[in-house]
Amino acid sequence: MTAAGLRLRATAGSEWIKFRSVRSVPAALLATAVVVVVGGLLVTAGFRSGWSTMTASERATFDPTFQSLHGVELAQLFVGALGVLTVTGEYTSGLIRTTFAATPQRAQVLAVKGLILGGVVWVLCTVASFAAFFAGQVVLTAPARHASLGDPGVLRAVFGGGVYLLLIGLFGCGVGALLRRTAAALAALFGIVLVLPIAVALVPGVLGARLNEYLPSTAGMEFWTVVRTGGDALGAWPGLAVFALYVVATGVAALLLLRRRDV
Amino acid sequence: MGPGFSFPRPRRRRRRGSYCLGMIEAHGLTKVYGDTKAVDGLDFQVKPGRVTGFLGPNGAGKSTTMRMILGLDLPTSGAVTVNGQGYRGKVWPLREVGALLDARAVHPGRSAYNHLHSLAAANGIARARVDEVLDEVGLTSVAGKRVGGFSLGMSQRLGIAGALLGDPEILMFDEPVNGLDPDGILWIRTLMRSLAEDGRTVLVSSHLMSEMALTADHLLIIGRGRLLADTSLADLIGRHSAERVDVRAADAPRLAGDLRAQGAGVSVEPDGTLQVTGMGAVRIGEVAAARGHVLHQLRDVTASLEEAYFRLTDDSVTYRAPAPGTTEFAGPSPVTAASAPSAGPRAASRISEARA
Repeated sequence: MTAAGLRLRATAGSEWIKFRSVRSVPAALLATAVVVVVGGLLVTAGFRSGWSTMTASERATFDPTFQSLHGVELAQLFVGALGVLTVTGEYTSGLIRTTFAATPQRAQVLAVKGLILGGVVWVLCTVASFAAFFAGQVVLTAPARHASLGDPGVLRAVFGGGVYLLLIGLFGCGVGALLRRTAAALAALFGIVLVLPIAVALVPGVLGARLNEYLPSTAGMEFWTVVRTGGDALGAWPGLAVFALYVVATGVAALLLLRRRDV
Repeated sequence: MGPGFSFPRPRRRRRRGSYCLGMIEAHGLTKVYGDTKAVDGLDFQVKPGRVTGFLGPNGAGKSTTMRMILGLDLPTSGAVTVNGQGYRGKVWPLREVGALLDARAVHPGRSAYNHLHSLAAANGIARARVDEVLDEVGLTSVAGKRVGGFSLGMSQRLGIAGALLGDPEILMFDEPVNGLDPDGILWIRTLMRSLAEDGRTVLVSSHLMSEMALTADHLLIIGRGRLLADTSLADLIGRHSAERVDVRAADAPRLAGDLRAQGAGVSVEPDGTLQVTGMGAVRIGEVAAARGHVLHQLRDVTASLEEAYFRLTDDSVTYRAPAPGTTEFAGPSPVTAASAPSAGPRAASRISEARA
């Protein structure tokens, strides 16, 4: 193995030990999985019991896949916080100095941190998304409409739940590395992901709607939506691309700043 | 781990290329924060086989310098190399340099073992070494405990275990005895001495001269970011201990007047002792005999290391409480200058008198 390869393997080994040796990490991951499944169950059960009171147009635009994955919206709080804390936790304790003294290849450290978190979140949340989807479709008994994996766009949307949470986790890492303080990074992340869409919705007319499409979370959600209601939506793949662009841009900015900043 | 332990390792001073292994070298090292020069053009070498004390008042730039050595802070100008190479360019730095900057800089939820294991893994250090260093610092029994519950002394030992992990030639400790009990202080002192005797390079920072006097062979003294002295401990005492003679006499006020008339600087202590500068004991005795004085005591006083240190850093203390009232002095003298600013040096000079 080359020297660079050995260095990368050592960084990965070290970060993996760190990742798995703190109790809060498995706790947050377990909470994420539970929220994805239980959240989906609650939402679909609500639609099932309210089906008789829904109007014809509401029934026509009902998206059984999206609704069964609704827990993802709640789970992004856990995944985003986990992403932020993975990075800021080292800064607030001062451990980052020990980390960078052991591995002066800072960009590699941050990239590996992101990859480990992202990998674990992706696997877990993909499994949780499938579980939530199947549980949701079981709940949605006739006369309510339900979806199956073979329907157009459904498989992509169910995978989309895991992909969306993976990107939220990475977004959290990037914002955490940029701001380095837990409170500031959490506020910024959830401000962008949760509050910004609400604020932009207050902008009147077409402008508000157009802006909203290009917000990170709105664009990202497109990837786990099957039935679109309005005309003003980016669509699944463009939506994913826009969201990923935000995440990549944040990550690149964090990596560039990391080289020059004092710790 | 008691105070009597040592590291049974061979002497390890080797040469590699044109530089001596185990050297830290700074050239014009400068760090500016806003409009404050935290470190101002430092030039120094830290050499193997001895404990180098990095000494200066709080805020003098010691920690900033150490962070620059470790590549954590980038110098505004100048450079510092470790083993002839910048730290940021190293692939396995823990095998060359072990550092303890802040004992509390750990994740409180991680066990001591996992903390060290992650560090070892980051530098390709065998896992067995984790058990070794845990044993060396006496933390084996708490290896599986979360470090959040550790006392400061235990955290300090864990930090030192991390520094020893890569069996490095160079070790750096930033204020390692702060907040430790006497047992822990003695342990760290013994450890640093034995590491230096092993042929390793040991750089230890402190704001306490008294601590350095017990551990260091060589001193780098800085104040307001500038290098004030790069000297061996013995030289420092020799160069900066302004001599003074303490005199007790039957008629102290009259003797004071007679000595001043001969050009000496005299200050009268509350207990009637005269502190005489600028005149040796022999000449004082002659003057006293010529004027018919009865002397009760005539004694040379050597300034303590503490005084030498205060004299050096006197102008460079960044933060200081206002000086308390001081005794009246007849004339400016090195000793009075050193004793004036605070109660500390005065107390120190008392101690040195008691020893003299």
